[in-house]
Amino acid sequence: MTLLLDAPSGPLYTGADWDYDKVRKVYDAIEQVGVKEMGLDIYTNQIEVITSEQMLDAYSSIGMPLLYKHWSFGKHFARDEVLYRKGLRGLAYEIVINSNPCISYIMEENTMTMQALVIAHAAFGHNHFFKNNYLFRQWTDADGILDYLSFAKEYISKCEERYGLALVERVLDAAHALMNHGVHRYPRRRGLDLRLEQQRSRERQEHAERTFNDLWRTVPSKAGGPSPLSDRDRRRALLELPEENVLYFLEKKAPRLQGWQREILRIVRHVAQYFYPQRQTKVMNEGCATYCHYRILHTLHERGQLTDGAWLEALHSHTNVVFQPEFDDPRYGGMNPYALGFAMMQDIERIATNPTAEDREWFPDLAGSGDGMVALKDAWANYRDESFILQYLSPAMIRKFRLFHVKDDHREPELRVQAIHDERGYREVRQALARQYDIAWAEADIQIVDVDLTGDRRLLMEHRVMNQVVLEEEETRAVIQHLADLWGYEVVLEEVDAASGARLKKHTVGPRTVLGGTFG
Amino acid sequence: MFTIVDRRLNPKGKSLANRQRFLRRAKEQVMRAVRDASGRRKIRDIEVGGDIVISPDGIREPTLHRSSSGGIRDIVVPGNKEFMTGDRIARPPQGGGGGRGNEGSDDGGGEDEFRFVLSRDEFIDLFLEDLELPDLAKRKLKVTESVSWHRAGYSVSGSPANLNLVRTMRNSLARRIALNRPTGDEIKALRQEIEDLERSGQDRARLEEAREELALLLRRTQRIPYIDPVDVRYNRFEAVPRPTAQAVMFCLMDVSGSMTEHMKDLAKRFYMLLYLFLSRRYKHVEVVFIRHTHRAQEVDEETFFYSPETGGTVVSTALEEMQRVVEERFPVDEWNIYAAQASDGDNALSDNAKTASLLGDVILPMCQYYAYIEVGQDGMPAGIGYGGGSRESDLWRTYKNIQGPDQPLAMKRVTHRRDIYPVFRELFSREGAAQGVDA
Repeated sequence: MTLLLDAPSGPLYTGADWDYDKVRKVYDAIEQVGVKEMGLDIYTNQIEVITSEQMLDAYSSIGMPLLYKHWSFGKHFARDEVLYRKGLRGLAYEIVINSNPCISYIMEENTMTMQALVIAHAAFGHNHFFKNNYLFRQWTDADGILDYLSFAKEYISKCEERYGLALVERVLDAAHALMNHGVHRYPRRRGLDLRLEQQRSRERQEHAERTFNDLWRTVPSKAGGPSPLSDRDRRRALLELPEENVLYFLEKKAPRLQGWQREILRIVRHVAQYFYPQRQTKVMNEGCATYCHYRILHTLHERGQLTDGAWLEALHSHTNVVFQPEFDDPRYGGMNPYALGFAMMQDIERIATNPTAEDREWFPDLAGSGDGMVALKDAWANYRDESFILQYLSPAMIRKFRLFHVKDDHREPELRVQAIHDERGYREVRQALARQYDIAWAEADIQIVDVDLTGDRRLLMEHRVMNQVVLEEEETRAVIQHLADLWGYEVVLEEVDAASGARLKKHTVGPRTVLGGTFG
Repeated sequence: MFTIVDRRLNPKGKSLANRQRFLRRAKEQVMRAVRDASGRRKIRDIEVGGDIVISPDGIREPTLHRSSSGGIRDIVVPGNKEFMTGDRIARPPQGGGGGRGNEGSDDGGGEDEFRFVLSRDEFIDLFLEDLELPDLAKRKLKVTESVSWHRAGYSVSGSPANLNLVRTMRNSLARRIALNRPTGDEIKALRQEIEDLERSGQDRARLEEAREELALLLRRTQRIPYIDPVDVRYNRFEAVPRPTAQAVMFCLMDVSGSMTEHMKDLAKRFYMLLYLFLSRRYKHVEVVFIRHTHRAQEVDEETFFYSPETGGTVVSTALEEMQRVVEERFPVDEWNIYAAQASDGDNALSDNAKTASLLGDVILPMCQYYAYIEVGQDGMPAGIGYGGGSRESDLWRTYKNIQGPDQPLAMKRVTHRRDIYPVFRELFSREGAAQGVDA
């Protein structure tokens, strides 16, 4: 490998066409820079060449190479196809799968430079991020995911054979509607098993017998026995309520579901959980990958391994990707995670190697630490978007993007500019931006709070309303309807203001038809 | 270390199953959209797919999410140019809390239509979905005219061109081994030995022995042939009868002066639809155009629709012409015969009886299906515009007498382009096939 450095390093390839030899050569050169010099830590790569049609296929099934069948994927495909064929939208350059080996797709239509860019971006950048970020390590199983998906696909198609397409589809529809509420946000406490529980209660009883003292009987107690509240509390504790993972709760506790239906809920839940880290790390993930491809290709170009033409082509794609339109631009569609991520990664490197006085004040530990890669790898491993922005968004970045913070209060006729890129505003802007990326803020906080399994079995849910933004009425009803079908009994969703505790709204839905068969 | 895998040859259309599920799911909406679209486009273009816009009912994917309006929101946006802290900005027209409910949302309730592309086949299939030809059992699918040849194993006889060399040589080799035919090498070795012995002149006994041995081997070689007729195998082909799926469609039209351009246009659309339908069902569809005034002739399509002609109206001439063409070119046992007649209902009074008997006795028995379309002026109920009263036309009354449950005759009135499709559907709908009387 070191030979590559010593050898008179002419360009690795010329011209636009690619072939396997060129890809191999370029991969080796990228590996030299990425792994040996930058110290990226990656899963083994598997690069798959596909056509644009297969690329379309791939992203209609949320980017997974194999997924069970469902009409909604067909719908997405149909829509993407129209957008693509009409030229309204280009195809993504790459899809990369968080698995071991890490699979990245490259399209046959691309030029050699694009392939190099995609390999550096996906096979090294994303790959490193998947392997090292704590969220992915905690929540996803890169080794097992492909096997699991193939199991899931087979299982669901068997269910379809046995129980009919329509029934399976209804369960999947319902599960998909609740997919965002099918993730564990925190590692769970291990459940007690029955034997341990029995043993504990026996020990407790023995203890009571050993320490029996008849005198206690004479102590006067409150009239009316134990309060009804404690009854409710015990019930809730038994069912481990409140529970925010709705799918998990249904899978374990819904009284009328059959085994296969529970398994389907479980599959959907696992898929949702698998994507949960990706939803929380868009900026970082793309920032990491973009930083990697830029730095790797830049290095290759400096060494003469990329021709000037190829470098310009790469730069052209790169700048397209990291373009951030301003808010009054018709192209504006929110913050571009590539732009923000890439800029922040470069900024961190700058702060580490070449800090200003301002940086020293804001980032005393980081500024001037000397090695940008160390700082970056630490950030990539230990943060998610929200905490990353809160920690690393520097005043320089806020000025670069000219970020400003607007407050929109529906009770007031006008919007108010809360903070801009000035001395007083930096912290506030940073905090507000970080909050935008906090999934707990972005998504409704919905929990299952109570259910009386021995009574009417009505499922009680609660939405803690943040900032007085209630749920979207129509869709909420539809989702609750799905939920009621799965649960088999009435479901009530109450919207409660988190600050004041006031009850704002109530949705009540009974099951249309019970999905889980008629047995009790 | 890395691997590179070429997946380009993997089967395409991995999402085909998903697409089918999607279409089934949205069937009602898609059917409606297809019906609308086919009403708008030219019949000629009916066979191309195209954009379909459907309402998202039934294909929504609801999620629990917060409403896009109301409440207190914190927004951080890039590109500040002039704002200072504390500035107030007028609420942008949409997206803010204008009290417009759910419309601003792009991922949820505000989704108002869904656009996608149907392929040609999907379009046509949906278009024709609940159309089914009457009396399908009668289709002469089994009538064979042509045969195709398929490989079917091996035979011991055949033409030299079909000789199967591999089989033949295998048999030959097996037989030679079994019968112990000396190989060329053995003989060559023995000859060499004899030659050596002769040259050296020693060991006479061995020489004698070797010579005898050689003679024996040569004799064996002659007795046991290299290739014997029993070894020879030929590729065998079998004639497989190919079902004829061919139909002929007769377009009969009155082109006398009383038929306006509009009426012709209606008729044309009906023919096209019929053609389309038949071409879906049969591999090969012939179309015969017969136009008539007081005399009938077979013409090409261009003439049929566009060439002006004047004269009286004698329907029976067209039926006679059709009969002649069938006898000449389309044997009834080989062709599925369909006929569609378009007329304004006018017929010479004296001809009605003849027409009736011709249709009932000759034409209907040889037809799979005979459709009679009575076209009227736009905007007027058919049958009224002509002759002043709401009386039935001559031809209509004539045909109605013939019509019976066991007759493959259907009758319809059409006055507007938009009536064609429903009429067509009714004519060929599964239930309505037997009784074609308009309700």
